[in-house]
Amino acid sequence: MTALLDRSHSGADVALEVHDVTKTFQVARSASGNNRLRALDGINLTVGRGETLGLVGESGCGKSTLARTLMLLEKPDSGTVAFEGQDPFGLKGKELLAWRRRVQMVFQDPFASLNARMTAGEIISEPWATHRSLYKTGREREARLHELLQLVGLRPSDAKKSPQEFSGGQRQRIGIARALALNPELIILDEPVSALDLSVQAQVLNLLNDLQQKLGVSYIFISHDLSVVRHVTDRVAVMYLGRIIETGTTEDVFERPLHPYTAALMSASPKLDAASRPAERIVLQGELPSPLDPPSGCRFRTRCWKAQDVCATQAPPRRTASEAGRVALPVPTLRGAAPAAHAAECHFPLEDPQDAGLRATAAGT
Amino acid sequence: MTMTATNEGTRRPGEPNRVVLRVAGLDVDIRTPSGEIRAVSGTGFVARAGQTLALLGESGCGKSMTAKAIAGLLDPVAHVSGGTVELDGKDLNRMSAKERRKVAGAELGIVFQDALTVLNPVYPVGVQLGEAFRIHRGLSAKAARKEAIALMKRVGIPEPESRVDAFPHQFSGGMRQRILIAMAVALSPKLLIADEPTTALDVTVQAQIMDLLRRLRQEENMAVVLITHDLAVVAEEADDVSVMYAGTVAEQGPVEQVFATPRHPYTKGLLESVPVDAERGSNLSSIPGSPPELKNIPAGCVYQDRCPLARELCRQERPVLREVAPGQQAACHFSELLATDETLEEIKS
Repeated sequence: MTALLDRSHSGADVALEVHDVTKTFQVARSASGNNRLRALDGINLTVGRGETLGLVGESGCGKSTLARTLMLLEKPDSGTVAFEGQDPFGLKGKELLAWRRRVQMVFQDPFASLNARMTAGEIISEPWATHRSLYKTGREREARLHELLQLVGLRPSDAKKSPQEFSGGQRQRIGIARALALNPELIILDEPVSALDLSVQAQVLNLLNDLQQKLGVSYIFISHDLSVVRHVTDRVAVMYLGRIIETGTTEDVFERPLHPYTAALMSASPKLDAASRPAERIVLQGELPSPLDPPSGCRFRTRCWKAQDVCATQAPPRRTASEAGRVALPVPTLRGAAPAAHAAECHFPLEDPQDAGLRATAAGT
Repeated sequence: MTMTATNEGTRRPGEPNRVVLRVAGLDVDIRTPSGEIRAVSGTGFVARAGQTLALLGESGCGKSMTAKAIAGLLDPVAHVSGGTVELDGKDLNRMSAKERRKVAGAELGIVFQDALTVLNPVYPVGVQLGEAFRIHRGLSAKAARKEAIALMKRVGIPEPESRVDAFPHQFSGGMRQRILIAMAVALSPKLLIADEPTTALDVTVQAQIMDLLRRLRQEENMAVVLITHDLAVVAEEADDVSVMYAGTVAEQGPVEQVFATPRHPYTKGLLESVPVDAERGSNLSSIPGSPPELKNIPAGCVYQDRCPLARELCRQERPVLREVAPGQQAACHFSELLATDETLEEIKS
């Protein structure tokens, strides 16, 4: 399986590589007689060391299935997942345990994801009951627990309290401490602040940022809040009906989207600042089609204002920004050194709003 | 790309800017095992025809409780213990239950956040949409069904003739929200309360629903009270805003003015904590702590524990809402300190 991996980018700085992962679920038959739901359809992505990759898309696009696959809760039908070259789906016993230690997750709902019958201390130290070799003596565990509590901005005395005694923001800190308990190298953050009040969101986002700088951990940040994604991520992958339809640096994707869906998503998200609002908002018609009966060719064509006949018959090719006819910009190197080329799957990618100006300058010189 | 109006016939031109709803000194108490707790304290605002007033605040600030008190839909454990709610000059709090039922739907419509829990799963949507016409207008089932189809068309549900007999679960989230909005505006109310109408929806669908609400507001010249926790939604959709904190109004006024020159440290803190232009990796400014629990609201200013500007006076005396700039009111002893472009951090030092 690992032979399939594209090794060209996998230097020591790439933490996670997902290659062509497909996952299909058997469900009740739909109107058209189909009972196979393709939740992930050829997913490719990489996450660099110490990097934050944003994963955005609407509900039902496959974000959570992807997160579950990376947590080894789902086994892909095909394709590979590798953490530093190691494919977890072939592993057993101790090696599998070691893999699991390295990838942890923080959940959306800090009220549902903490056991109300346990104290904060028990919740945070529970992972050590499985990963026994990490901290062997009670004293070591105690010391580490206090360290973790302080790391996430709680007091050592909080270890004895139960989750109900904490506010939403503090509970999410407990969830983060639990994820950190095994010293992971990658944390999947599934909407980590969307259940929190705005005044508390900033505290948790700042904490995540501090932890990344201190510990060098990589994040996959799943969120529907684009202003948050823009602030906390280095790169972004945009998903639509089980496929990643655009990737690039956060700046490229937000400022110069290639895919019409990305542009619509950016345009539709409300903005506080009047200056950053589009002159004319793109309001897409309709909603996400059923993943049971995805449109032929390009999946987005049923809601796309640029769609033509070819979009219904041929799956769009993946093209980088320069292949799509844009003025070539230098491909930025990010921390983590993951490939940061800006690319999208679309027959008719959008013009760069800045291209006209760049072309004029180029012609003038 | 946006939808166009489909039903011009119900257009009700009226005087714009007329005050439709006037709430003053509203108190709501909740009975708990340990005694009565004040959930909403002295809230007041006005909503005008053809305009949107946003009630902005975080969970537990009393914004939904206020809306339910206006609509007369409070839980049995909660009750209005003071103040007035005037809809078109009539005090709703003094009405009998029977009189209120006549107002509900006909003069006041409400849209809730979670369409799936509001719609009855065992009746077709057409029956539920037609209910208002059968009860308030005495239409026959057949005539009400026809009205339901017209309503569905009006709120942008495709093929209403064939979908009128479908059940709520057969619609997507966005379509269910449209059905809820259709129910709320069925009888052309003067006031529409929308309680987090798009929170459960994806952004592309949220934009559609906001478009729809805006169009209906204009067509019907309704006053809209939009309850939300989203500053960006307020900035885009509302004319006026009341920022609520711990059951009280912290600040209110025209949205542009309040967001450009907030005069309450809570409003300013909220605006500063939004990652607008903040650089990747830079620390966001945040409000320390979390909102107080209703049973532990401090004497004096409700915001003192989180306020960087709090002083002795704030612990002793609760500030009242007062005019701090033309049209803008804030409940802060030191509101004048905020009349600068400096950040809270800079003001403090």
